[in-house]
Amino acid sequence: MSAFFDFAVIGGGLVGAALARGMAREGLSVCVLDEGDVAYRASRGNFALVWLQSKGINMPAYANWTRRSVELWPAYAAGLLNETGIDVSLQQDGGFHLALSDIEMERLIAVAEGVNGQPGVKPYPYSVLDGDEVRRRLPGAGPAIVGGTYSPLDGHVNALRLYRAMHKALIAAGVDYRPGSRVARISHAGGFSLSIDGGGEVRAKRIVLTAGLDNARLAPMVGLSAPVRPQRGNIIVTEKAAPFLKMPVQTVRQTDEGSVMIGDSQEEAGLSEDINSGIMGVMADRAIRMFPAIADLNIVRMWACLRVLSPDGFPIYDQSKTHPGAFLATCHSGVTLAAVHAAVLAPHIARGTLPEEAQAFHAGRLHVPKAA
Amino acid sequence: MFRRLPETYQGWVSLTIDGGVCVGREGDSVAALLLEAGYAACRNSAVSGEPRGPYCMMGVCFECLVEIDGIANRQACLVPIAEGMKVETGAGRRKVTP
Amino acid sequence: MKRLASVDDLPASCDLAIIGAGPAGLAAAAAAAECGLHVLVLDENPEPGGQIYRGLGAAPASRRQILGRDYERGDSLLSGMLGSTASYLSGATVWMASRDLEIGVSKDGMSRIIGARRILLATGALERPFPILGWTLPGVLTAGAAQGLLKSSGMVPQGPFVLAGTGPLLWLLASQLIAAEAPPLAILDTTLLATRSSVVGALPAFLASPYLLKGLRLMRSVRRKVRVIGGVTELRALGEGHLRSVAYRVGRGKTETINVEGLFLHQGIAPNVNMASAAGCDLAWDRVQLCWKPVTDSWGRSSVPGISIAGDGAGISGAEAAAGFGRLCGLDAAARLGRISEAERDERALPARRELSRYARGRRLLDLMFQPPDTFRRASPDAIVCRCEEITGRQVTEIVADFGEVGPNQLKSYLRCGMGPCQGRLCGLTVTEMIAAERNVSPSEVGYYRLRFPIKPVTLAEIATLPHDDDDVRAVVRG
Repeated sequence: MSAFFDFAVIGGGLVGAALARGMAREGLSVCVLDEGDVAYRASRGNFALVWLQSKGINMPAYANWTRRSVELWPAYAAGLLNETGIDVSLQQDGGFHLALSDIEMERLIAVAEGVNGQPGVKPYPYSVLDGDEVRRRLPGAGPAIVGGTYSPLDGHVNALRLYRAMHKALIAAGVDYRPGSRVARISHAGGFSLSIDGGGEVRAKRIVLTAGLDNARLAPMVGLSAPVRPQRGNIIVTEKAAPFLKMPVQTVRQTDEGSVMIGDSQEEAGLSEDINSGIMGVMADRAIRMFPAIADLNIVRMWACLRVLSPDGFPIYDQSKTHPGAFLATCHSGVTLAAVHAAVLAPHIARGTLPEEAQAFHAGRLHVPKAA
Repeated sequence: MFRRLPETYQGWVSLTIDGGVCVGREGDSVAALLLEAGYAACRNSAVSGEPRGPYCMMGVCFECLVEIDGIANRQACLVPIAEGMKVETGAGRRKVTP
Repeated sequence: MKRLASVDDLPASCDLAIIGAGPAGLAAAAAAAECGLHVLVLDENPEPGGQIYRGLGAAPASRRQILGRDYERGDSLLSGMLGSTASYLSGATVWMASRDLEIGVSKDGMSRIIGARRILLATGALERPFPILGWTLPGVLTAGAAQGLLKSSGMVPQGPFVLAGTGPLLWLLASQLIAAEAPPLAILDTTLLATRSSVVGALPAFLASPYLLKGLRLMRSVRRKVRVIGGVTELRALGEGHLRSVAYRVGRGKTETINVEGLFLHQGIAPNVNMASAAGCDLAWDRVQLCWKPVTDSWGRSSVPGISIAGDGAGISGAEAAAGFGRLCGLDAAARLGRISEAERDERALPARRELSRYARGRRLLDLMFQPPDTFRRASPDAIVCRCEEITGRQVTEIVADFGEVGPNQLKSYLRCGMGPCQGRLCGLTVTEMIAAERNVSPSEVGYYRLRFPIKPVTLAEIATLPHDDDDVRAVVRG
């Protein structure tokens, strides 16, 4: 005899964990079904940026949604600290995009103007800096830097502490967290019935699909569409160093523990998580050109993770018309959006709706037929 | 912490550890010489700052990290001593000097 | 043998790349080169020999005498490789050996990527973790470390010291230190009393085994000269900033303390699986040896085509067996590459196969006899599990308590356990076993850390100089 949850959340990554805790705090009974120890888990592979620069070209709603989340982050971090005792070390002192050539510089300016110039966008504050100004603000920034853009609203967080805090918070909120529970099939008859790989069944009145890449398989079972694909990103992590990089650059940041993290690449490599030494080489070379003094740091880890990307790169939030009570939430900026997922999306889904600001992200936008 | 057995002469090698002259034998690793010179601890942990020293002497534990000839965090047990080498101990988190 | 000087001398490709110049690697190199293969041997140490034959090439006669006759067996292996046509690069750290048979090599701050038609991993074993309270104190080392210092530098511990744990190496070291007139104050023996007496029964294999009888004689002679405290159930290393004393308990007796400057721990060795695992080779849990081993067939082939594994890195079997298996792998590589026929390979392999079955006899008994006790394979709440990130036993058990069916990789994400430079070599087994104990499932079900390249640190500068193409640049430099 299995319990009949108010909500079953399929997938315990950054999106699922934020939503589950949010819904449990609204007083609902929630179960999170997570996979086992070895799984794709985009959430373990994040770069920990809480970032709004450059986001939302051709999608003003995304620029605004991101902005909202960035503004909600301090309260979210405080909430996690309160519920779990874990300080996720949120730092929102500003962040940089750096250009190593004139062409890169032009692109940075074009993107910033492009996002902020869109009607309906709440423009984000930013400055265009020349190389010398970058070097003045970032000690250690190298002579190869041509310039960059800076926004005081950007920042970063401790990625793994965040992951742990989010999981601890959902347990503290009374969520039934079940690892090793991949959902094989979803059927719908007076509520949802989720059959688990290896045996067992979970029943819930409503469900949210937050299973990352697996959403593509699950969504059609409940009349939804999640056309997501994997996009590989490589990350380099160095040994711990004494603090020298006070603010993050979009591709180079120093964690509060001292490691320097270097990203990131975009490869269409299917489901392979193999690292690519040529790409790592390009990343390392660029990072050294940005901060020459890190050249001798030892790399202690390199890994690749699979982003969950929709065709246009923007989130998909949707609810099923054919299977009422089935929701879908997927994005590839799970850290930045964690705050708005917890504070805005979760309470809405708990009440069976999607927020107005998220209406632009329904999957229907992806099926607009191309002009002949 | 360690002493040499009475053995027939092998090439002596002179180097400095923390500025002080130290003499070892060809074939010693830097870690071996550190242990013979009394350095059971050679660095401070990058996490808590507690003292750490050689443990496995075969390159898998990463405890015997010292600066050798200006390069920080080298595994002393894998580096053979050489004449005129400069070894500096006691580092914690690695300094990145812009 | 052609001794190379730097990564610049490395061939862009070779027939067989052997990683590790211990007994398995040395034997494989000679066997493969004999068959006409172009062989490249890469080893991290300044001289060949691995751990067991460390320093052999330069050891004076007095040191050889102390170390015993088994040490000298390495001579023929060394001369076998020296006299072969193999190329050899020492001081070379292999940080990658991929399933595409690409090898990343670093020496003197420079890295290269080379190819091979086949790869033999002969990276050997490492000491099992021994996570007692205080094991990170300066002054606490492994028994292997002490033995290595004796071998490579003719050094012995100074000041009062003890050996602690279980396993043949501990007794061998004790006998060598006695011979060097530097005996330990005591041996704190954690071997389970029950196991000891029950397995010293009469199994024919036991008596027919080449090393076990010798081992018993060795243990008896050590006991005559050194105080052996058996049945130790608790061990703690104490001191502020460095080791000052060791506290121990026998059975449920009261805690005793010995003032020491050195503590040498050992409770067996386990295959160093990092390279194999990162290459994608399947691993399996060995229930007797209580460790992970790569899955290999009777020719040492792993689950990744083109990659074979020999020696203690494939499963703990000792130096002589390592050499025998290395030879098999060298011959098999020659057959795979069409230099000799399979029939010829089988024929040439016969003597090695015979030796191997000799050495396999009694191995299981040895493993059972010296199985490290449960309590010492797990960390107490205040003891450190992960030395690199300073994660305690309590933190590990709390995660399992909080999240239930968690595995080593989730645990790593939550705690950073296993994320340091040693990449789990000193904590992986402890973590797998602690999770298994907390969840009451087998270690096999729990699994192990996912490992990736680089399996040893390499600098950003070195990686930055690796070859890349326009596609690589495009994947990184976007608008």
